[in-house]
Amino acid sequence: MILSAGGGAVAGQDVAALPLLLLAVPLLGTLAVTASPQRLVRLVGVGVAAATFGLSLALLGAYDVSAGMVQQRVDLRWIPALGVRFQLGVDGISLPLVVLTTLLTLLCAVYTLHTLPAPGRPRAFLALLLLSEVGMLGTFLALDLLVFFVFFEVVLIPMYFLIGTWGGPRRRYASAKFLLYTLLGSAIMLLGLLGIDAAAGTLDMVSLTARAGAGIGSRTQTLCFVALLLGFGVKAPMWPLHTWLPDAHTEAPTVASVLLAGVLLKMGTYGLVRIALPMLPSGARAVAPWLGVLAVVGIVYGSLCCLAQRDLKRLIAYSSVGHMGFVLLGIATLTSVGINAALFANVAHGVITGLLFFLVGFLKERYGTSDLDDIGGGLAVKAPTLSGLFTFAAVASLGLPGLAGFWGEMLAMLGAFRPAPTLSRPLFLTLMVLAGVGTVLAAAYLLLLLRRLTTGTVTSRWREVRYADVGAVELAVVTPLVVLTVALGLYPRLVFGFTDLAVHRLLG
Amino acid sequence: MSYPESIDYAAIAPPVVCALGASGVLLTDLIAPRARRLLPALAAGVLLGALGALAAAAAAAPTRGTFCSTRFCSYAVDPFTIFVQALFCLAGVVIVLLSAASVEAEHVPAGEFYFLLLTSLAGMLTLAAARDLLVLLLALEVVTLPALILVGLRRTDPRAAEAALTFFLISVLATAITVYGMSLLYGVTGSVQLGGILDALRRAPHQPVAALAVVLAIAGFAFKVAAVPFHAWAPDTYQGAPVPVAAFLSVASKAAGFAGLILLLAACAPYAPSWRPVIAVLAVATMTVGNVAALRQRHVVRLLAWSSIAQAGYILVPLAVPDPAAALAYLGAYAVMNLGAFGCAVAVAGRRPRSAVADYRGLFADAPALALALAFFLTCLAGLPPGIVGLVAKVVVFRSAVDGGMSWLAVVMAVNTVIALYYYARLAASLFDTSPDQAEPGRGDATHLLPVPAPVAAAVAITAAVAVVLGFWPQALLGVVPGFG
Repeated sequence: MILSAGGGAVAGQDVAALPLLLLAVPLLGTLAVTASPQRLVRLVGVGVAAATFGLSLALLGAYDVSAGMVQQRVDLRWIPALGVRFQLGVDGISLPLVVLTTLLTLLCAVYTLHTLPAPGRPRAFLALLLLSEVGMLGTFLALDLLVFFVFFEVVLIPMYFLIGTWGGPRRRYASAKFLLYTLLGSAIMLLGLLGIDAAAGTLDMVSLTARAGAGIGSRTQTLCFVALLLGFGVKAPMWPLHTWLPDAHTEAPTVASVLLAGVLLKMGTYGLVRIALPMLPSGARAVAPWLGVLAVVGIVYGSLCCLAQRDLKRLIAYSSVGHMGFVLLGIATLTSVGINAALFANVAHGVITGLLFFLVGFLKERYGTSDLDDIGGGLAVKAPTLSGLFTFAAVASLGLPGLAGFWGEMLAMLGAFRPAPTLSRPLFLTLMVLAGVGTVLAAAYLLLLLRRLTTGTVTSRWREVRYADVGAVELAVVTPLVVLTVALGLYPRLVFGFTDLAVHRLLG
Repeated sequence: MSYPESIDYAAIAPPVVCALGASGVLLTDLIAPRARRLLPALAAGVLLGALGALAAAAAAAPTRGTFCSTRFCSYAVDPFTIFVQALFCLAGVVIVLLSAASVEAEHVPAGEFYFLLLTSLAGMLTLAAARDLLVLLLALEVVTLPALILVGLRRTDPRAAEAALTFFLISVLATAITVYGMSLLYGVTGSVQLGGILDALRRAPHQPVAALAVVLAIAGFAFKVAAVPFHAWAPDTYQGAPVPVAAFLSVASKAAGFAGLILLLAACAPYAPSWRPVIAVLAVATMTVGNVAALRQRHVVRLLAWSSIAQAGYILVPLAVPDPAAALAYLGAYAVMNLGAFGCAVAVAGRRPRSAVADYRGLFADAPALALALAFFLTCLAGLPPGIVGLVAKVVVFRSAVDGGMSWLAVVMAVNTVIALYYYARLAASLFDTSPDQAEPGRGDATHLLPVPAPVAAAVAITAAVAVVLGFWPQALLGVVPGFG
């Protein structure tokens, strides 16, 4: 393991192997997939994804928790003329997300062994899947703002094609909306990043974090923070910038939905925690109340929308708006409790919603629709295992104590109970109460959903239709997520153990 | 001034090779009409020869001058000259490749075409080395006059004639203003050599006439770079001209304008307070008008025309700072990505001459490689990954503006980037639009694009490869820009 002495001015070139391999393996994997014979494509894809997952576990093993600092540095000359270095590394904030990314990608690849949506074309599908993994991992590993931005954008293109080619009937509209929204957000985000660069004179994330906004005027900080918030807010998604999400989720193929909810949304909140908060602390203090309000509006609005949905995928998409609202609320408190909660909720939402989208995919494959009225009830009779899994995921999603969904949201509210001293306590207490209403609404729509879907009688339309319960591949795909949901719920230190020290360093 | 005795032939070799080559091409066409198919190869060879001459001269002595008076030279080879001349030669080769197929297909007289192209390029090569108002002006005219004919060369097409006329009229007007400005400059400073002008202006820093002279002299170059308000010719001309000629105008001719502008502004550096606001206003107007107009275009060449107007606005930003190195860096990146985008347009125009945006819809299904290349070049122009070369170029310009104390200009540019995103992304996305319900009238049986003529495919492949390499390794470009970093 190579640790660099400090940020920025190191003239030598640090090369830790693991981060580079984490990017190189899936990148070369795209080539391997495109070059392999048709029959082997999916197996090759699974192999590459498994290797990448193994690398992320190795990264996990090599990480020194007690150090808390950025480790596994890669620091290479890239554009000397601009002072930009190709910098990678991990710390407790990015590491859980790196593992989550490789795990979900692996599960997605395994799922393609079972089924691939029309129009097939496994080569292109798996190549795009691996390419998006490169972008996602690069985003979490990047330690230079320009490198971060490049990887952040790289994710868009494969995701656009995954939705636009393998999506549902309105895929054209949904993918174009996704692309335009996120591109526009990215362009505004780039403004914020360049603003930081202009004010601080460097793009090096480690030294910018260490500097903690010193030398950047408070008005500049606020402007840059707002620009970053708009960019990351589109991705997160933050109400009212969320409107691309329900369409994208509804039309996206299962695998794209899983990655979208499981990883892509996290890139937005990760960016806020990694870049906006530490580099622009005074901007954060100025904008945090607004962020808190928007977050809570998202929580309540998302839950209310869920109550009104007929389409299962749309419903889960809106529930994501609500859940990510908790993440944003945690960030808005500017406390270590709140940010830890946000990072935990990030991972928990990735696991649970990933699981939910897989299960919806299973349902859709059997019923040919994700419309709740068309599906009708009685899932517990027709497919007890699937029904049981679905119940489990829904209960986890509503934040039952003992499962992963609980800690993040509970602690985000706790953070709001005691926000950073510079913030208005009455405001955040109000926000906490409203968020609490949101959890009640979430419980309501999820329980209603379960009653509607699993109990009751099978409608006449499906009575004669026979289909198998969850199969081997499907079980293999969801089991790790079920296990993780329980493990994170019972032993939250799995995430907090990594994040806590890093968050303390972040807040100085 | 007794310089005819001591001409440095190695220094002037690039434009001379190009000019002789131009005559050679014309003669070959006259003497051996059957060899007409070899003309593109010959033209490309001439340009590579000029590049070789440049390399030889640069290797022997990286800075040299000829046609010198006691203190200054009218013709100089220095890092700036080398960079810009190399850019012209390479862009010229790509344009020759792009032209090869359409010259044949559109019944354009081949001998004249390559003669005019090479002549114009010889003018550009001269312009890059000119350190004298007269040489600059002559070179500018040598660049422009052949270009005028090139635009109108498609004799059967009334639109081409109209385009040439528009181009001609605005060109004459702009040149007249420039000549007036230059004569004033000479009157004030008593020198036609840029070095002499710089000295004289340093000694007389506050003369309103000199300030006026500089601003007027800028006009001719503003026309060449199609800066607003001297831009009106560009969309009509690009659309009316053969697409390769449009590529030529939007890249090589525009680069020539910028080269001249950089030289002129450098000579007038003591008057920077007078011309900086002018350039800044030009930059704002150019990028904003270009981008807003591009939003509404339904014709791809027109869209690219407006886009290249907007891009010229970005290049003007660092000139207002003034930071010519950043402008050259952007110019280099722009040449690659814009040639690539026009190259794709040439490939499509071969089969779908209407070039409407609708003709590009679903291009991916017919010609996947071409569609991917075009989408890539559009992301380059937009300045977003995977078009990293465009992103880096934008960062260069943005930084230059901020470091030069013109943050407001950087913000205007950033807002423009966001606007531009919309039309680039829309066109790029439509390439992959495979919905069958969008069958357009007029597409009919012409849907099969392949095969793209080999030279055009080669040109697109080369520019794409260069853009990809520069994306992974931007230093390869930034490292060779004179005065950068």
